Amino acid sequence: MTTLTDTNVYPRRRFRLPLLIWLSVAWLALMVLVAVTGDLWLPYDYQSIDLRARLEPPVWLADGSWSHLLGTDHLGRDVLSRLVISVQVSLLVALIGTLIGALFGTLVGLFAAHFRGWVDDLVMIAIDYQASIPFMILALAVVAFFSNSLMLFILLMGIFGWERYARITRGLALSSIQHGYAVAVRTLGASPWRIYGRHILPNIANALIVNMTLNFPQTIMLETSLSFLGLGIQPPMTSLGNMVGFGRDYLLTAWWLATLPALVIFLTTLAFALLGDWVRDKLDPTSR
Amino acid sequence: MMNSIVTPEAPATPLLRIRNLHCAFKSKARTVLFGPRSLIHAVNGVSFDIQAGEAFGVVGESGCGKSTTAKLVLNMARACEGSVQYRGQELTGLSDAAWKPLRRKLQYVFQDPLGALDPRMRVLDQVIEPLIIHQLHDRAQRRQLAEDLLHSVGLQSSHLGKYPHELSGGQRQRVVLARALILKPELLICDEPISALDVSIQAQIVNLLQQLRRDMGLTLLFISHDLSIVRHLCDRVAVMYLGQVVEMGPAHQLFSAPRHPYTQALISAIPKVEPGVPRERISLVGEPPSPADPPHGCRFHPRCRQATERCRQQSPELLSDRKNHAVACFEARIPLEEMA
Amino acid sequence: MNMLYILKKFSRALLTVLLIVTTVFVVLRLSGDPAIYVLGLDADPRALDAFRQQWGLNLPIWQQYLQFLGNCLQGDFGYSYFEERDAITAVLERLPKTLQLMGITGLCTLLIGIPAGIYAALHRNSWIDRLTMLVSVAGFSLPNFVLGIFLILLFSVTWQLLPTSGSGSWQHLVMPVLTMTVAEAAVFARFTRSAMLEVLHQPYMRTARAKGLRWHQAVCRHALPNAAIPLITVVGFFVGTLVAGGVVTETLFAWPGLGRLLVSSVANRDLAVVQIIVMLIACSMVLTNLVIDLLYGWLDPRVGSLRTGD
Repeated sequence: MTTLTDTNVYPRRRFRLPLLIWLSVAWLALMVLVAVTGDLWLPYDYQSIDLRARLEPPVWLADGSWSHLLGTDHLGRDVLSRLVISVQVSLLVALIGTLIGALFGTLVGLFAAHFRGWVDDLVMIAIDYQASIPFMILALAVVAFFSNSLMLFILLMGIFGWERYARITRGLALSSIQHGYAVAVRTLGASPWRIYGRHILPNIANALIVNMTLNFPQTIMLETSLSFLGLGIQPPMTSLGNMVGFGRDYLLTAWWLATLPALVIFLTTLAFALLGDWVRDKLDPTSR
Repeated sequence: MMNSIVTPEAPATPLLRIRNLHCAFKSKARTVLFGPRSLIHAVNGVSFDIQAGEAFGVVGESGCGKSTTAKLVLNMARACEGSVQYRGQELTGLSDAAWKPLRRKLQYVFQDPLGALDPRMRVLDQVIEPLIIHQLHDRAQRRQLAEDLLHSVGLQSSHLGKYPHELSGGQRQRVVLARALILKPELLICDEPISALDVSIQAQIVNLLQQLRRDMGLTLLFISHDLSIVRHLCDRVAVMYLGQVVEMGPAHQLFSAPRHPYTQALISAIPKVEPGVPRERISLVGEPPSPADPPHGCRFHPRCRQATERCRQQSPELLSDRKNHAVACFEARIPLEEMA
Repeated sequence: MNMLYILKKFSRALLTVLLIVTTVFVVLRLSGDPAIYVLGLDADPRALDAFRQQWGLNLPIWQQYLQFLGNCLQGDFGYSYFEERDAITAVLERLPKTLQLMGITGLCTLLIGIPAGIYAALHRNSWIDRLTMLVSVAGFSLPNFVLGIFLILLFSVTWQLLPTSGSGSWQHLVMPVLTMTVAEAAVFARFTRSAMLEVLHQPYMRTARAKGLRWHQAVCRHALPNAAIPLITVVGFFVGTLVAGGVVTETLFAWPGLGRLLVSSVANRDLAVVQIIVMLIACSMVLTNLVIDLLYGWLDPRVGSLRTGD
């Protein structure tokens, strides 16, 4: 739209080398493609154990063979197949988590803005409370107290980000409810549903999308970190962090076990960060 | 559905009747630590009637409560006390659902037209939105109505597909007007509708308002701090100071023979067009006091040149003469024969 | 800064601590019967009763809560059945190692992040600026354990310079500190840079130049102190990521600190230890935020002047 802003305080812009963005998009597209179509072309079942072929190196190393392109792990399971399933699981968990967080946080923010008074106070206390403690610690405590299950874990990923959505939604909704178009529409006789659904939400959607681009890679990082610690996704399921965690014990003998999933994590979060930065500059109204 | 202009002296129920309206906000600040929050009386016992077809102006400095009064009428702020009646129907305390049919009759025009329009909606969608909300007409009819109305407020069909930021300030205010008028309201409340516009555009919008009023039989409640425009547009005028009406009367009388010292000062500050006419300029001393802590007695006395001991003790009532020119001042010289 | 502001912040902090302790209590009770948890499902009912009697689990819930609060105040946080000693002892034993790691990391972060940010801001658009920002994006989006794995591959497997895990010598410190510093310094450099840029555009910088100050004088006297104020708010975030990152880093490098203890206690469901560590972390976060608030109010008069009447 406008290009007036180049002169100013938002100098991150210079990094928008289109090449980097293109590479990021390409990598993410590849990941999504792999995750979606993986089941169609996987050479092995990711759980099938072959004890005769343990710790085989990838194909490009001295002893590598074409039967296992990326080698095998300590139980002789095909690393490529496990990697693909891990990408599936990690992306899916992060996606569901982000959606839960966005939905819940936005709703809570709207409630706080609409009812104000003690509802608002309560929400603000909850927001401050969560923001003041590193979420990883909170998640570890919950896992300790309630023991781990997939449902709980996904829910945790959702709770991770809600407070930021709630804060953004509340702030923006409050300012638009108190003056401007929301008041105008109210004097026309519109119901709260219409005011929030047709006017306020579309107007704050940009800020929420910007937050999503921040929240999604952070959820991936949280999920993989917890899984790496052995407290996230549990075997026999697998996730990227999980693979790194198990591969860590074989760094000296079979470095690819930890390195390949670690590389995938790094490239994915990096691509998201670069892309997110770029999207933020395009969408964020405050940087105009 | 449309009224012809009713003569103001009709003793029948007025279109809008406001009686003893009070509104106070809790301020954020406390006077003492953990003490009660101080109350700010934005509107303090305002009463007036608006007859159908008339243009009623409310003037005063910013912070005098004129905008709050308008918001109270439209239930955008809660009144602590008092009554607002529309055609005899009590409006205060109505639920949102009960308000909905009334919204068709009472419309509001905002000070800042850019803020009043949704930045992500096209002009057409915004203008027909009231029809959608009130489930009137079908799609084609809505569009036709919107187009007709845009023409009558001086816009073209090509503006229908534009977004607010693509329009000029005057065009935006025309869109806001069109949106307010598409429901064919009886009373249009204009809250400083032109103060955000360029001076050259202001006159156009005022003339448009006058023309619309004639064509559509609108009743206007026009709020402004600009006296010359109120004089130009309105039949009757109320002057507000610190949440109270200090003077009210027919526009020509109030402007030609103001009785309250505050009104006199305001009017003397209007720039005159004709040169060479010598005129005493009455300047007000000091700032208006804080509504959180209004002075005792007459609220205007700290700034009044004619203030007496009585003004510091007692608060004057709003008294009317036979020509319906009312003033709240002990010192105002109302000719004896005109006393009501 | 007036008393009201200080009082408000203090009471807020106290309230949060109480809220944290209460949450821990509620969650502990929600997570199941401690008697069954300790003695097992198939335990003798009499043994269970005796256990409940001993720990006051048969009392009304509010009495249990008060007792819990009292115990917390006295520093009695329960017995770790896994470590077979008082939980607090086990925790305190690990604390110095964690503080050591965090302290050194914090120092390195400040020493690298702030100069890098200032330099990048002063030389906007230069290739160093671009490189700093690119490294900063990468560092921030790199999970701790991924970077740690890469470092182990490089320093331990390929070059065989450093030990992969454990503690005891300075060599053991290098990789954990490096792992955590990269992420933290990345954030700090970025914040410093934008804070500096913000300040450099202020009118008082132009005034300072106009009144004859040299560029570096103007930067040192006006820009740096003013840029420092927004940086203080980052410190809270910084401590938070340091704690969270510490958990992962300590586990990866088998560093015998609190973080590793927390992870193993969670895995073993050693609730007594978990609750202490969580409360400890939460309280230090509250304390950090309190200090930041007070510091901020002191440095920025606009924030601190929460007046009684307006």
